[in-house]
Amino acid sequence: MIRRLMKTLVGAAVLVAFAGGVAAQDSKVADELAKYREALADGNPADLFEVKGESLWMEKRGPKNASLEQCDLGQGPGKLDGAYAALPKYFKDTGKVMDVESRLVHCMMTLQGFTLAEATKQWYSKPGKDSDIEALVTFIGAKSNGKPINVPATHPEEAKMAKMGEYIFFRRSGPQDFSCSICHGQEGKRIRLQDLGNLTTKEGAGFAMKTWPSYRVSQGTVWTMQRRLIDCMRQARWPEPNYLADSIIALETYLQKTATGTVMETPGIKR
Amino acid sequence: MNFKFALFFGLTVAIATPALAQKAVEAPGGKYAKDAEQMFRASFKAENPKYWMTRLEQDETMKTCQQYRDNPPRKVGEKLEKLNAATIRYPVDGKLIGDWKEGEKLAAVGTGGHIGFIQPDKAGRVRGGNCYACHELAKKEVAYGTIGPSLRNFGKIRGNSEENIKYVYDKIYNSNAFTACTNMPRFGLHNWVTPEQITHLVAFLIDPESPVNKD
Repeated sequence: MIRRLMKTLVGAAVLVAFAGGVAAQDSKVADELAKYREALADGNPADLFEVKGESLWMEKRGPKNASLEQCDLGQGPGKLDGAYAALPKYFKDTGKVMDVESRLVHCMMTLQGFTLAEATKQWYSKPGKDSDIEALVTFIGAKSNGKPINVPATHPEEAKMAKMGEYIFFRRSGPQDFSCSICHGQEGKRIRLQDLGNLTTKEGAGFAMKTWPSYRVSQGTVWTMQRRLIDCMRQARWPEPNYLADSIIALETYLQKTATGTVMETPGIKR
Repeated sequence: MNFKFALFFGLTVAIATPALAQKAVEAPGGKYAKDAEQMFRASFKAENPKYWMTRLEQDETMKTCQQYRDNPPRKVGEKLEKLNAATIRYPVDGKLIGDWKEGEKLAAVGTGGHIGFIQPDKAGRVRGGNCYACHELAKKEVAYGTIGPSLRNFGKIRGNSEENIKYVYDKIYNSNAFTACTNMPRFGLHNWVTPEQITHLVAFLIDPESPVNKD
Protein backbone atom coordinates (compact mmCIF):
# COMPACT_ATOMS: atom_id res chain seq x y z
CA MET A 1 0.00 0.00 0.00
CA ILE A 2 2.89 2.38 0.76
CA ARG A 3 4.27 1.63 -2.69
CA ARG A 4 0.91 2.47 -4.22
CA LEU A 5 0.73 5.72 -2.33
CA MET A 6 4.23 6.64 -3.51
CA LYS A 7 3.19 5.93 -7.07
CA THR A 8 0.14 8.11 -6.59
CA LEU A 9 2.25 10.99 -5.32
CA VAL A 10 4.58 10.68 -8.31
CA GLY A 11 1.47 10.53 -10.48
CA ALA A 12 0.12 13.72 -8.95
CA ALA A 13 3.37 15.53 -9.75
CA VAL A 14 3.26 14.30 -13.35
CA LEU A 15 -0.36 15.36 -13.54
CA VAL A 16 0.51 18.94 -12.62
CA ALA A 17 3.36 18.96 -15.14
CA PHE A 18 1.11 17.77 -17.95
CA ALA A 19 -1.98 19.79 -17.15
CA GLY A 20 -0.44 22.90 -18.73
CA GLY A 21 0.08 21.25 -22.09
CA VAL A 22 -3.47 20.06 -22.60
CA ALA A 23 -4.70 23.10 -24.50
CA ALA A 24 -2.54 22.41 -27.58
CA GLN A 25 -3.80 21.41 -31.02
CA ASP A 26 -6.24 18.65 -32.01
CA SER A 27 -4.33 15.44 -32.74
CA LYS A 28 -1.53 16.70 -30.56
CA VAL A 29 -4.00 16.91 -27.72
CA ALA A 30 -5.05 13.31 -28.19
CA ASP A 31 -1.38 12.27 -28.11
CA GLU A 32 -0.71 14.38 -25.05
CA LEU A 33 -3.72 12.93 -23.30
CA ALA A 34 -2.65 9.40 -24.17
CA LYS A 35 0.83 10.10 -22.77
CA TYR A 36 -0.66 11.71 -19.74
CA ARG A 37 -2.94 8.78 -19.05
CA GLU A 38 -0.03 6.41 -19.51
CA ALA A 39 2.09 8.41 -17.08
CA LEU A 40 -0.73 8.26 -14.57
CA ALA A 41 -1.60 4.62 -15.05
CA ASP A 42 0.68 3.71 -12.15
CA GLY A 43 -0.40 6.58 -9.97
CA ASN A 44 -4.05 7.38 -10.48
CA PRO A 45 -5.23 9.57 -7.57
CA ALA A 46 -8.32 7.32 -7.57
CA ASP A 47 -6.08 4.72 -5.84
CA LEU A 48 -6.42 6.78 -2.68
CA PHE A 49 -10.23 6.55 -2.96
CA GLU A 50 -9.94 2.81 -3.47
CA VAL A 51 -7.84 2.37 -0.32
CA LYS A 52 -10.25 4.50 1.68
CA GLY A 53 -13.22 2.61 0.23
CA GLU A 54 -11.74 -0.70 1.33
CA SER A 55 -11.46 0.41 4.93
CA LEU A 56 -14.97 1.90 4.84
CA TRP A 57 -16.23 -1.44 3.55
CA MET A 58 -14.75 -3.29 6.52
CA GLU A 59 -15.40 -0.70 9.20
CA LYS A 60 -18.28 -1.22 11.64
CA ARG A 61 -20.48 1.83 11.25
CA GLY A 62 -24.01 3.13 11.62
CA PRO A 63 -26.71 2.57 14.25
CA LYS A 64 -26.30 -1.20 13.84
CA ASN A 65 -22.51 -0.98 14.20
CA ALA A 66 -21.99 -3.34 11.29
CA SER A 67 -19.63 -3.48 8.34
CA LEU A 68 -20.67 -3.81 4.70
CA GLU A 69 -18.87 -7.14 4.33
CA GLN A 70 -22.15 -9.06 4.03
CA CYS A 71 -23.53 -6.72 1.35
CA ASP A 72 -24.89 -8.63 -1.66
CA LEU A 73 -24.08 -6.75 -4.85
CA GLY A 74 -25.58 -9.46 -7.00
CA GLN A 75 -22.94 -12.19 -6.70
CA GLY A 76 -23.89 -13.25 -3.16
CA PRO A 77 -23.15 -11.70 0.27
CA GLY A 78 -19.63 -10.27 0.39
CA LYS A 79 -18.76 -11.38 -3.14
CA LEU A 80 -17.21 -8.41 -4.88
CA ASP A 81 -15.22 -9.91 -7.75
CA GLY A 82 -16.91 -8.92 -10.99
CA ALA A 83 -19.95 -7.50 -9.16
CA TYR A 84 -19.60 -3.98 -10.57
CA ALA A 85 -19.22 -5.29 -14.13
CA ALA A 86 -22.53 -7.16 -13.81
CA LEU A 87 -24.60 -4.18 -12.62
CA PRO A 88 -27.30 -2.89 -12.98
CA LYS A 89 -29.16 -6.07 -12.17
CA TYR A 90 -32.59 -7.20 -10.97
CA PHE A 91 -32.69 -7.98 -7.23
CA LYS A 92 -35.38 -10.28 -5.91
CA ASP A 93 -35.28 -8.88 -2.37
CA THR A 94 -36.23 -5.37 -3.49
CA GLY A 95 -38.04 -6.27 -6.70
CA LYS A 96 -36.04 -3.61 -8.52
CA VAL A 97 -33.28 -3.21 -11.06
CA MET A 98 -30.47 -1.58 -9.08
CA ASP A 99 -27.10 -0.12 -9.99
CA VAL A 100 -23.99 -0.26 -7.83
CA GLU A 101 -24.88 2.94 -6.00
CA SER A 102 -28.52 2.15 -5.25
CA ARG A 103 -27.48 -1.32 -4.07
CA LEU A 104 -24.69 0.08 -1.90
CA VAL A 105 -27.10 2.55 -0.32
CA HIS A 106 -29.56 -0.32 0.20
CA CYS A 107 -26.82 -2.18 2.12
CA MET A 108 -25.94 0.90 4.18
CA MET A 109 -29.60 1.09 5.19
CA THR A 110 -30.31 -2.61 5.80
CA LEU A 111 -26.97 -3.74 7.26
CA GLN A 112 -25.76 -0.59 8.99
CA GLY A 113 -29.09 1.04 9.84
CA PHE A 114 -28.52 4.39 8.15
CA THR A 115 -31.56 6.26 6.84
CA LEU A 116 -31.72 7.01 3.11
CA ALA A 117 -31.03 10.67 3.87
CA GLU A 118 -27.98 9.82 5.99
CA ALA A 119 -26.60 7.37 3.47
CA THR A 120 -26.95 9.72 0.49
CA LYS A 121 -26.30 13.10 2.13
CA GLN A 122 -22.77 13.32 0.77
CA TRP A 123 -23.23 11.28 -2.40
CA TYR A 124 -20.64 13.40 -4.18
CA SER A 125 -17.75 15.30 -2.65
CA LYS A 126 -17.51 19.03 -2.29
CA PRO A 127 -14.31 20.95 -1.54
CA GLY A 128 -13.26 19.89 1.95
CA LYS A 129 -16.09 17.35 2.23
CA ASP A 130 -15.18 13.89 1.04
CA SER A 131 -17.79 11.42 -0.10
CA ASP A 132 -17.85 7.91 1.36
CA ILE A 133 -19.90 6.77 -1.61
CA GLU A 134 -17.22 7.89 -4.09
CA ALA A 135 -14.61 5.92 -2.12
CA LEU A 136 -16.76 2.82 -1.71
CA VAL A 137 -17.77 2.74 -5.37
CA THR A 138 -14.13 3.14 -6.44
CA PHE A 139 -13.23 0.17 -4.23
CA ILE A 140 -16.13 -1.95 -5.52
CA GLY A 141 -15.39 -0.96 -9.12
CA ALA A 142 -11.73 -1.92 -8.84
CA LYS A 143 -12.81 -5.44 -7.88
CA SER A 144 -14.10 -5.75 -11.45
CA ASN A 145 -10.90 -4.56 -13.08
CA GLY A 146 -9.98 -7.00 -15.85
CA LYS A 147 -13.46 -8.55 -15.87
CA PRO A 148 -15.76 -8.20 -18.88
CA ILE A 149 -18.86 -6.03 -18.50
CA ASN A 150 -21.71 -8.50 -18.21
CA VAL A 151 -25.21 -6.99 -18.36
CA PRO A 152 -27.08 -9.13 -20.92
CA ALA A 153 -30.37 -7.83 -19.41
CA THR A 154 -32.09 -11.19 -19.83
CA HIS A 155 -34.43 -10.82 -16.84
CA PRO A 156 -37.66 -9.19 -18.10
CA GLU A 157 -37.26 -6.29 -15.65
CA GLU A 158 -33.68 -5.72 -16.83
CA ALA A 159 -34.74 -5.91 -20.47
CA LYS A 160 -37.47 -3.36 -19.79
CA MET A 161 -35.00 -1.06 -18.00
CA ALA A 162 -32.58 -1.25 -20.94
CA LYS A 163 -35.35 -0.32 -23.38
CA MET A 164 -36.44 2.56 -21.18
CA GLY A 165 -32.81 3.72 -21.11
CA GLU A 166 -32.79 3.65 -24.89
CA TYR A 167 -35.93 5.79 -24.90
CA ILE A 168 -34.27 8.41 -22.70
CA PHE A 169 -31.08 8.29 -24.78
CA PHE A 170 -32.97 9.51 -27.86
CA ARG A 171 -35.43 11.81 -26.07
CA ARG A 172 -35.04 15.41 -27.27
CA SER A 173 -36.12 18.36 -25.16
CA GLY A 174 -34.99 21.61 -23.61
CA PRO A 175 -33.86 24.98 -24.96
CA GLN A 176 -31.10 23.39 -27.04
CA ASP A 177 -33.14 20.50 -28.49
CA PHE A 178 -30.66 18.05 -26.96
CA SER A 179 -30.74 14.32 -26.44
CA CYS A 180 -27.85 12.06 -25.42
CA SER A 181 -27.75 10.91 -29.03
CA ILE A 182 -26.97 14.39 -30.42
CA CYS A 183 -23.41 14.15 -29.09
CA HIS A 184 -23.08 10.41 -28.56
CA GLY A 185 -24.86 8.85 -31.54
CA GLN A 186 -22.21 9.30 -34.22
CA GLU A 187 -18.68 8.12 -34.87
CA GLY A 188 -15.52 10.18 -34.73
CA LYS A 189 -16.96 13.52 -33.59
CA ARG A 190 -15.60 16.09 -31.16
CA ILE A 191 -17.13 18.80 -29.00
CA ARG A 192 -14.48 21.51 -28.93
CA LEU A 193 -11.40 19.26 -28.57
CA GLN A 194 -13.11 16.55 -26.57
CA ASP A 195 -13.56 13.26 -28.42
CA LEU A 196 -17.12 11.94 -28.27
CA GLY A 197 -17.88 8.23 -28.22
CA ASN A 198 -20.74 6.67 -30.13
CA LEU A 199 -22.56 5.08 -27.21
CA THR A 200 -24.95 3.14 -29.43
CA THR A 201 -22.21 0.67 -30.43
CA LYS A 202 -20.43 -1.94 -28.33
CA GLU A 203 -17.05 -0.34 -29.05
CA GLY A 204 -18.19 3.16 -28.16
CA ALA A 205 -20.20 2.22 -25.09
CA GLY A 206 -17.45 -0.18 -24.00
CA PHE A 207 -14.75 2.48 -24.33
CA ALA A 208 -16.87 4.82 -22.21
CA MET A 209 -18.15 2.42 -19.55
CA LYS A 210 -15.02 0.35 -18.85
CA THR A 211 -13.15 3.18 -17.11
CA TRP A 212 -15.80 4.24 -14.58
CA PRO A 213 -15.67 5.17 -11.80
CA SER A 214 -13.02 7.61 -12.95
CA TYR A 215 -10.81 10.27 -11.47
CA ARG A 216 -11.75 13.60 -13.10
CA VAL A 217 -8.67 15.83 -13.24
CA SER A 218 -10.79 18.92 -13.91
CA GLN A 219 -12.95 18.14 -10.87
CA GLY A 220 -10.22 16.89 -8.54
CA THR A 221 -12.25 13.87 -7.49
CA VAL A 222 -13.67 10.53 -8.55
CA TRP A 223 -16.97 10.63 -10.39
CA THR A 224 -19.38 7.72 -10.19
CA MET A 225 -21.65 6.85 -13.12
CA GLN A 226 -24.62 8.48 -11.35
CA ARG A 227 -22.63 11.69 -11.07
CA ARG A 228 -21.55 11.43 -14.70
CA LEU A 229 -25.07 10.99 -16.03
CA ILE A 230 -26.69 13.55 -13.74
CA ASP A 231 -24.14 16.04 -15.07
CA CYS A 232 -25.01 15.08 -18.66
CA MET A 233 -28.57 16.17 -17.90
CA ARG A 234 -27.26 19.44 -16.49
CA GLN A 235 -25.32 20.01 -19.68
CA ALA A 236 -28.44 19.28 -21.70
CA ARG A 237 -29.95 22.19 -19.70
CA TRP A 238 -32.53 19.92 -18.12
CA PRO A 239 -33.70 20.06 -14.49
CA GLU A 240 -31.83 17.94 -11.96
CA PRO A 241 -32.76 14.28 -11.50
CA ASN A 242 -32.82 12.66 -8.08
CA TYR A 243 -29.72 10.77 -7.04
CA LEU A 244 -30.40 7.06 -7.74
CA ALA A 245 -33.36 7.94 -9.98
CA ASP A 246 -34.71 5.16 -12.17
CA SER A 247 -34.01 7.21 -15.30
CA ILE A 248 -30.29 7.16 -14.46
CA ILE A 249 -30.35 3.43 -13.71
CA ALA A 250 -32.20 2.88 -17.00
CA LEU A 251 -29.52 4.76 -18.94
CA GLU A 252 -26.82 2.76 -17.14
CA THR A 253 -28.58 -0.50 -18.01
CA TYR A 254 -28.84 0.53 -21.67
CA LEU A 255 -25.17 1.52 -21.80
CA GLN A 256 -23.86 -1.50 -19.87
CA LYS A 257 -25.93 -3.83 -22.04
CA THR A 258 -24.49 -2.22 -25.16
CA ALA A 259 -20.98 -2.40 -23.67
CA THR A 260 -21.30 -6.01 -22.54
CA GLY A 261 -18.16 -8.03 -23.26
CA THR A 262 -15.79 -5.08 -22.88
CA VAL A 263 -13.06 -5.65 -20.30
CA MET A 264 -13.13 -3.21 -17.36
CA GLU A 265 -10.17 -0.89 -16.77
CA THR A 266 -11.12 0.85 -13.57
CA PRO A 267 -10.59 3.20 -11.81
CA GLY A 268 -10.04 5.38 -14.85
CA ILE A 269 -8.59 8.84 -15.22
CA LYS A 270 -10.17 11.52 -17.36
CA ARG A 271 -9.98 15.20 -18.23
CA MET B 1 -3.20 3.98 -30.59
CA ASN B 2 -6.74 3.89 -29.25
CA PHE B 3 -7.46 7.18 -30.92
CA LYS B 4 -6.29 5.88 -34.30
CA PHE B 5 -8.40 2.81 -33.87
CA ALA B 6 -11.43 4.93 -33.02
CA LEU B 7 -10.81 7.03 -36.12
CA PHE B 8 -10.51 3.98 -38.33
CA PHE B 9 -13.60 2.45 -36.82
CA GLY B 10 -15.45 5.73 -37.24
CA LEU B 11 -14.67 5.87 -40.94
CA THR B 12 -15.69 2.27 -41.46
CA VAL B 13 -19.07 2.86 -39.84
CA ALA B 14 -19.57 6.18 -41.68
CA ILE B 15 -19.21 4.30 -44.97
CA ALA B 16 -21.45 1.45 -43.87
CA THR B 17 -24.23 3.64 -42.41
CA PRO B 18 -26.21 4.61 -45.55
CA ALA B 19 -26.99 0.95 -46.21
CA LEU B 20 -28.57 0.64 -42.75
CA ALA B 21 -30.74 3.73 -43.17
CA GLN B 22 -33.05 1.84 -45.54
CA LYS B 23 -34.55 -0.41 -42.88
CA ALA B 24 -37.45 0.83 -40.78
CA VAL B 25 -36.12 1.27 -37.25
CA GLU B 26 -38.12 0.62 -34.10
CA ALA B 27 -38.97 3.72 -32.08
CA PRO B 28 -36.69 4.01 -29.01
CA GLY B 29 -38.14 2.25 -25.98
CA GLY B 30 -40.32 -0.01 -28.14
CA LYS B 31 -43.42 -1.14 -26.26
CA TYR B 32 -42.11 0.51 -23.07
CA ALA B 33 -42.04 4.04 -24.51
CA LYS B 34 -45.04 5.19 -22.47
CA ASP B 35 -43.71 3.70 -19.25
CA ALA B 36 -40.33 5.24 -19.98
CA GLU B 37 -41.79 8.71 -20.43
CA GLN B 38 -43.63 8.44 -17.14
CA MET B 39 -40.57 7.12 -15.35
CA PHE B 40 -38.33 9.82 -16.85
CA ARG B 41 -40.59 12.61 -15.68
CA ALA B 42 -40.92 11.11 -12.21
CA SER B 43 -37.13 11.03 -11.87
CA PHE B 44 -36.57 14.72 -11.24
CA LYS B 45 -36.09 16.34 -7.86
CA ALA B 46 -39.27 17.74 -6.34
CA GLU B 47 -37.31 20.94 -5.58
CA ASN B 48 -36.97 21.77 -9.30
CA PRO B 49 -39.14 24.88 -9.84
CA LYS B 50 -42.05 24.40 -12.23
CA TYR B 51 -40.56 26.69 -14.86
CA TRP B 52 -37.45 24.49 -14.95
CA MET B 53 -39.61 21.42 -15.46
CA THR B 54 -41.15 22.98 -18.58
CA ARG B 55 -37.80 22.27 -20.24
CA LEU B 56 -38.86 18.63 -20.40
CA GLU B 57 -41.82 19.40 -22.65
CA GLN B 58 -41.46 18.13 -26.19
CA ASP B 59 -42.96 19.91 -29.18
CA GLU B 60 -44.01 17.95 -32.26
CA THR B 61 -40.54 18.25 -33.80
CA MET B 62 -38.79 16.85 -30.72
CA LYS B 63 -41.26 13.99 -30.34
CA THR B 64 -41.11 13.05 -34.01
CA CYS B 65 -37.31 13.26 -34.15
CA GLN B 66 -37.01 11.02 -31.10
CA GLN B 67 -39.43 8.52 -32.61
CA TYR B 68 -37.33 8.25 -35.80
CA ARG B 69 -33.97 8.44 -34.00
CA ASP B 70 -33.38 11.77 -35.77
CA ASN B 71 -33.65 10.13 -39.17
CA PRO B 72 -37.30 10.66 -40.26
CA PRO B 73 -38.66 9.49 -43.62
CA ARG B 74 -38.49 12.34 -46.16
CA LYS B 75 -42.24 13.00 -46.10
CA VAL B 76 -42.28 13.37 -42.34
CA GLY B 77 -39.14 15.50 -42.51
CA GLU B 78 -40.72 17.85 -45.06
CA LYS B 79 -43.72 18.37 -42.84
CA LEU B 80 -41.51 19.27 -39.88
CA GLU B 81 -39.44 21.62 -42.03
CA LYS B 82 -42.56 23.54 -43.09
CA LEU B 83 -43.77 23.68 -39.51
CA ASN B 84 -40.44 25.08 -38.33
CA ALA B 85 -40.05 27.54 -41.20
CA ALA B 86 -43.32 29.13 -40.10
CA THR B 87 -41.84 30.01 -36.69
CA ILE B 88 -39.09 32.32 -37.92
CA ARG B 89 -39.32 35.94 -36.74
CA TYR B 90 -37.18 38.88 -37.83
CA PRO B 91 -35.79 41.96 -36.05
CA VAL B 92 -38.17 44.93 -36.13
CA ASP B 93 -35.86 47.05 -38.30
CA GLY B 94 -35.62 44.21 -40.80
CA LYS B 95 -31.81 44.30 -40.90
CA LEU B 96 -30.47 40.74 -40.91
CA ILE B 97 -26.73 41.40 -40.78
CA GLY B 98 -25.21 43.04 -37.70
CA ASP B 99 -21.77 43.49 -36.13
CA TRP B 100 -19.29 40.66 -36.67
CA LYS B 101 -17.30 41.65 -33.58
CA GLU B 102 -20.34 41.00 -31.40
CA GLY B 103 -20.95 37.79 -33.29
CA GLU B 104 -17.38 36.65 -32.69
CA LYS B 105 -17.88 37.00 -28.94
CA LEU B 106 -21.20 35.16 -28.98
CA ALA B 107 -19.78 32.31 -31.07
CA ALA B 108 -17.26 31.50 -28.34
CA VAL B 109 -19.64 31.57 -25.36
CA GLY B 110 -20.67 28.11 -24.20
CA THR B 111 -22.04 29.00 -20.79
CA GLY B 112 -25.50 29.98 -19.68
CA GLY B 113 -28.75 28.18 -19.12
CA HIS B 114 -27.42 25.42 -16.83
CA ILE B 115 -29.93 24.74 -14.06
CA GLY B 116 -30.17 22.35 -11.12
CA PHE B 117 -28.60 22.48 -7.66
CA ILE B 118 -25.10 21.14 -8.21
CA GLN B 119 -23.49 23.50 -10.73
CA PRO B 120 -26.09 25.95 -12.05
CA ASP B 121 -25.16 29.11 -13.94
CA LYS B 122 -25.69 32.34 -12.06
CA ALA B 123 -28.92 34.04 -13.07
CA GLY B 124 -28.40 36.35 -16.03
CA ARG B 125 -25.13 34.71 -17.10
CA VAL B 126 -24.61 35.51 -20.77
CA ARG B 127 -25.79 32.86 -23.20
CA GLY B 128 -23.99 32.55 -26.49
CA GLY B 129 -24.26 30.52 -29.63
CA ASN B 130 -21.43 28.19 -28.52
CA CYS B 131 -20.74 27.75 -32.25
CA TYR B 132 -17.20 26.48 -31.69
CA ALA B 133 -18.51 23.48 -29.76
CA CYS B 134 -19.52 22.00 -33.13
CA HIS B 135 -18.09 24.14 -35.97
CA GLU B 136 -14.71 25.33 -37.22
CA LEU B 137 -14.96 29.11 -37.81
CA ALA B 138 -12.06 31.59 -37.51
CA LYS B 139 -8.65 30.08 -38.26
CA LYS B 140 -7.11 31.26 -35.00
CA GLU B 141 -9.51 29.25 -32.84
CA VAL B 142 -8.18 25.70 -32.93
CA ALA B 143 -10.42 24.31 -30.18
CA TYR B 144 -13.42 23.66 -32.42
CA GLY B 145 -15.73 20.66 -32.52
CA THR B 146 -16.75 18.56 -35.50
CA ILE B 147 -20.40 17.69 -34.85
CA GLY B 148 -21.36 20.27 -37.50
CA PRO B 149 -19.59 21.09 -40.78
CA SER B 150 -16.62 23.46 -40.96
CA LEU B 151 -17.75 27.04 -41.61
CA ARG B 152 -14.30 28.47 -42.18
CA ASN B 153 -14.38 30.98 -45.05
CA PHE B 154 -18.15 30.59 -45.16
CA GLY B 155 -18.73 34.10 -46.50
CA LYS B 156 -15.85 33.87 -48.93
CA ILE B 157 -17.28 30.69 -50.40
CA ARG B 158 -21.01 31.45 -50.27
CA GLY B 159 -20.93 35.20 -50.79
CA ASN B 160 -22.84 38.03 -49.12
CA SER B 161 -25.98 38.14 -51.24
CA GLU B 162 -29.31 39.06 -49.62
CA GLU B 163 -30.38 35.50 -50.21
CA ASN B 164 -27.41 34.02 -48.38
CA ILE B 165 -27.80 36.48 -45.50
CA LYS B 166 -31.43 35.45 -45.09
CA TYR B 167 -30.51 31.79 -45.30
CA VAL B 168 -27.96 32.08 -42.49
CA TYR B 169 -30.35 34.09 -40.31
CA ASP B 170 -33.11 31.55 -40.85
CA LYS B 171 -30.77 28.59 -40.26
CA ILE B 172 -29.61 29.95 -36.91
CA TYR B 173 -33.13 30.97 -35.91
CA ASN B 174 -34.58 27.57 -36.71
CA SER B 175 -32.24 24.95 -38.13
CA ASN B 176 -35.10 22.49 -38.54
CA ALA B 177 -36.66 24.68 -41.22
CA PHE B 178 -33.99 23.25 -43.53
CA THR B 179 -33.07 19.86 -42.09
CA ALA B 180 -35.60 18.20 -39.82
CA CYS B 181 -34.00 16.60 -36.76
CA THR B 182 -30.56 18.10 -37.35
CA ASN B 183 -28.24 18.12 -34.33
CA MET B 184 -28.20 21.92 -34.41
CA PRO B 185 -30.34 23.70 -31.79
CA ARG B 186 -33.16 26.05 -32.82
CA PHE B 187 -31.57 29.13 -31.29
CA GLY B 188 -34.22 31.68 -32.21
CA LEU B 189 -37.24 29.50 -31.59
CA HIS B 190 -36.14 28.86 -28.00
CA ASN B 191 -35.12 32.50 -27.43
CA TRP B 192 -31.67 31.17 -26.59
CA VAL B 193 -30.31 34.20 -28.43
CA THR B 194 -32.29 37.26 -29.54
CA PRO B 195 -33.03 38.15 -33.19
CA GLU B 196 -30.51 40.99 -32.83
CA GLN B 197 -27.82 38.61 -31.56
CA ILE B 198 -28.55 36.34 -34.52
CA THR B 199 -27.79 39.24 -36.88
CA HIS B 200 -24.36 39.53 -35.22
CA LEU B 201 -23.71 35.83 -35.73
CA VAL B 202 -24.78 36.24 -39.35
CA ALA B 203 -22.19 39.02 -39.71
CA PHE B 204 -19.51 36.87 -38.10
CA LEU B 205 -20.13 34.24 -40.80
CA ILE B 206 -20.65 36.50 -43.81
CA ASP B 207 -18.91 39.88 -43.35
CA PRO B 208 -15.74 39.97 -45.49
CA GLU B 209 -13.95 41.66 -42.57
CA SER B 210 -14.81 38.85 -40.13
CA PRO B 211 -11.93 36.54 -39.11
CA VAL B 212 -14.04 33.68 -40.48
CA ASN B 213 -13.32 35.02 -43.98
CA LYS B 214 -10.03 36.78 -43.40
CA ASP B 215 -7.19 34.30 -43.21
